[in-house]
Amino acid sequence: MSRKISRRKFILYGSATLGTTILLKACGSNTTPTAQTPAANTTPAANTTPIANTTPTTAPVAASGDTIKVGILHSLSGTMAISEKSVVDAEQLAIEEINKSGGVLGKQIQPIVEDGASDWPTFAEKAKKLIDQDKVVTIFGCWTSASRKAVLPVFEEKKHMLWYPVQYEGQECSNNIFYTGAAPNQQIEPSVDWLLQNKGKEFFLIGSDYVFPRTANTIIKAQVQAKGGKIVGEDYLPLGSTEVTQIISKIKQALPNGGVIYNTLNGDSNVAFFKQMKDAGLTPDKYPTMSVSIAEEEVKAIGVDYLKGHYAAWNYFQTVDTPENKKFVQAFKAKYGADRVTNDPMEAAYIAVYLWKQAVEKAKTTDIEAVRKAALGQTLAAPEGKVTMDNNHHIYKTVRIGEVGEDGLFKIVSASTAPVKPIPWNQFVAETKGYSCDWSDPSKGGKFQVKS
Amino acid sequence: MVEFLNVIFSGISIGSVLLIAALGLAVVFGLMGVINMAHGELIMLGAYTTFVVQNVFKGLGSPLSETYIILAIPMAFLVTALVGLLLEKGVVRFLYGRPLETLLATWGVSLILQQFVRSVNWVLVIGITLFCLLFFGAWWVVSRRPDFDRIRNLFFTIMLPLSAAISAVVGVVLAQTYKLAVTQPWFGAQNVNVTAPKWLQGGLNIGDLRLPYTRLFIIFLTILCVAGIYYFFQRTAWGLRIRAVTQNRSMSSCLGIPTQKVDALTFALGSGLAGVAGCAISLLGSVGPNTGQNYIVDTFMVVVVGGVGKLVGSIVAALAIGTVSYIIGSNALAPLLSPIPPLADFFGFFATTSMAKVMVFALIIVFLQVRPAGLFPQKGRTVDA
Repeated sequence: MSRKISRRKFILYGSATLGTTILLKACGSNTTPTAQTPAANTTPAANTTPIANTTPTTAPVAASGDTIKVGILHSLSGTMAISEKSVVDAEQLAIEEINKSGGVLGKQIQPIVEDGASDWPTFAEKAKKLIDQDKVVTIFGCWTSASRKAVLPVFEEKKHMLWYPVQYEGQECSNNIFYTGAAPNQQIEPSVDWLLQNKGKEFFLIGSDYVFPRTANTIIKAQVQAKGGKIVGEDYLPLGSTEVTQIISKIKQALPNGGVIYNTLNGDSNVAFFKQMKDAGLTPDKYPTMSVSIAEEEVKAIGVDYLKGHYAAWNYFQTVDTPENKKFVQAFKAKYGADRVTNDPMEAAYIAVYLWKQAVEKAKTTDIEAVRKAALGQTLAAPEGKVTMDNNHHIYKTVRIGEVGEDGLFKIVSASTAPVKPIPWNQFVAETKGYSCDWSDPSKGGKFQVKS
Repeated sequence: MVEFLNVIFSGISIGSVLLIAALGLAVVFGLMGVINMAHGELIMLGAYTTFVVQNVFKGLGSPLSETYIILAIPMAFLVTALVGLLLEKGVVRFLYGRPLETLLATWGVSLILQQFVRSVNWVLVIGITLFCLLFFGAWWVVSRRPDFDRIRNLFFTIMLPLSAAISAVVGVVLAQTYKLAVTQPWFGAQNVNVTAPKWLQGGLNIGDLRLPYTRLFIIFLTILCVAGIYYFFQRTAWGLRIRAVTQNRSMSSCLGIPTQKVDALTFALGSGLAGVAGCAISLLGSVGPNTGQNYIVDTFMVVVVGGVGKLVGSIVAALAIGTVSYIIGSNALAPLLSPIPPLADFFGFFATTSMAKVMVFALIIVFLQVRPAGLFPQKGRTVDA
């Protein structure tokens, strides 16, 4: 039966592949408005036209054509696609809104979306591609700390700009990144205080086995001990693992009469944990759980039945009552379907785009250094309330604690009275105690000792 | 005493999840020798079927909607068995006896299935169905002609691009006219939620011991599946044929057993069992495009430790791995070991879930050094390599 592939066969298979590609391509939704012409002018023209452009400027495309190119770099496939896809949706919504109202500096924004594929080296590669090849003026992207750490050297080397929209463990302050998610003191620390005051002194910590939960738990341990509480146990689950029988046994042993569970699990493990916790009879009235990775979308995926009565700490919930939020939720549902929900990282990504726009307008150019300077001190009436970009590249945010209600949305049970100042270097951890960050003053920079 | 019973029950419940996930693979990999990397994705499809059945039943109102799980199990079995059949007929059939190619091809299939679940929407389904109808329909018609062999290449060069183009155009037109209604993904990249029916939530209290109903249900389901497989293999005509083909393919073929049909049936059976597993795990964990990947390593581990080709091996291995990982992970031996501090410290170090996994893997490696063929090795000549 085995025959050599003839040339005709080769052509045949080739055309079959081509046909399939076209089919799949056609089926994929076509979202980006085609603004190919100005893009085509910049590079290939220099090669083909006899009258070569004298200087192929390395400066960003600000001057070319009537679009401004920005990069969007998230995972659209792989494990993290679950979370990052909706962040891309929010960023594209913001860009679309800005374009509709006239764009930036009179030019339309053209997003270039790249897939990091949940693979950290791919993130670094795609970041390089966006900067060198597409010559974008800024990039919105990343979710996991691992992907941020992977792209950081690229951004530092190229002196470029990344807007990072997710709450993270802190202990970083780069001149090349703007962090629009919460620093630990805007999410973890206030929630621990709230638990100590309202729910109990005995804590059991569980988390996924990677950098964010381990760092977060170091902070929580130091804080709980400093404030008179007690850590009765901690356990880590491999990412994606769904077997939590051991952990539930340990929780029962360590907290026979109930106590607080602090949950930094990420992804699929959350589902298994809450389902099996309910089956094992650990109910939220005796074992209230505070989660930092569960937002509206995750509630939908886990099932309201299992989560009702548990708590989450964020800066934004879909139920936040501001006019800006009503507009945001409405616009999002209109664009992506009425059953979609908005959550904290999506909102942080949405405001990142707007903060960048304001900075560009203040700088009156898309030149990266000018925008970087102009971004400091920008304020915005965001869906979560007023936010301000601090000199340490993080933003002032309101801290909220929500309880999962019947409808799968959060009932806000506690909110800070004013936006909280971000502190990237943690003051409970010995190695970084007393350090701070200030990029408005070049002599201070990312990590300097505060004189007391 | 309660401690001891708790260890036994937890061990069995972890083991039964491992076992039900590995059962299909024990058939496909164990009996047929096919390294099916898409096994995890078949589990995932079973879980998604459960999700769909649940949503259909939700529309029926309160008393009926609580019974969806009863129908979801056979549905999951059927859907994944069908996908398995397609996979066998379309891919695996051509690769028998070539384990490396099988491994790569099924790995590719698993990636395709994952992305399919993420991006499936009406446009995609209509496009693919239209393409299949046009292309395979035309093939069917043209292949009746006596001179088909001569015009074969011509047929492919014309029909393939043509049907692809037609379906692509239809897809684009549909997407333009109906917009979100047809381009919105069915499931999307997000995980979906399967909520256990009310009567499976909660648990049974016996003294200080609490046995969650879902766990009991899964144990029961696993026993049922094992019993069903044993009955099928030992008591039915097709079971006999499958066993005959596994033992000696050419001899069975000489005796008039349709080996190709047997292969397809065995593969479909294994895939169907994966679907049932998907239904079971949807009660415990998450249902998402990556669900299957979390189980693929564990299932291969069970089959290899048990001994390839022996169902009883997989059963014992699953229970043993379950119990050992519970004992290490929950540090159940701590009271016994407390008189010997260094040993207690050693086990204390491994007493988190992720470290327990490391320990279990290390133990398995050591075990396979001693018995490379697993717990219950095939005796006699290994036939039909």
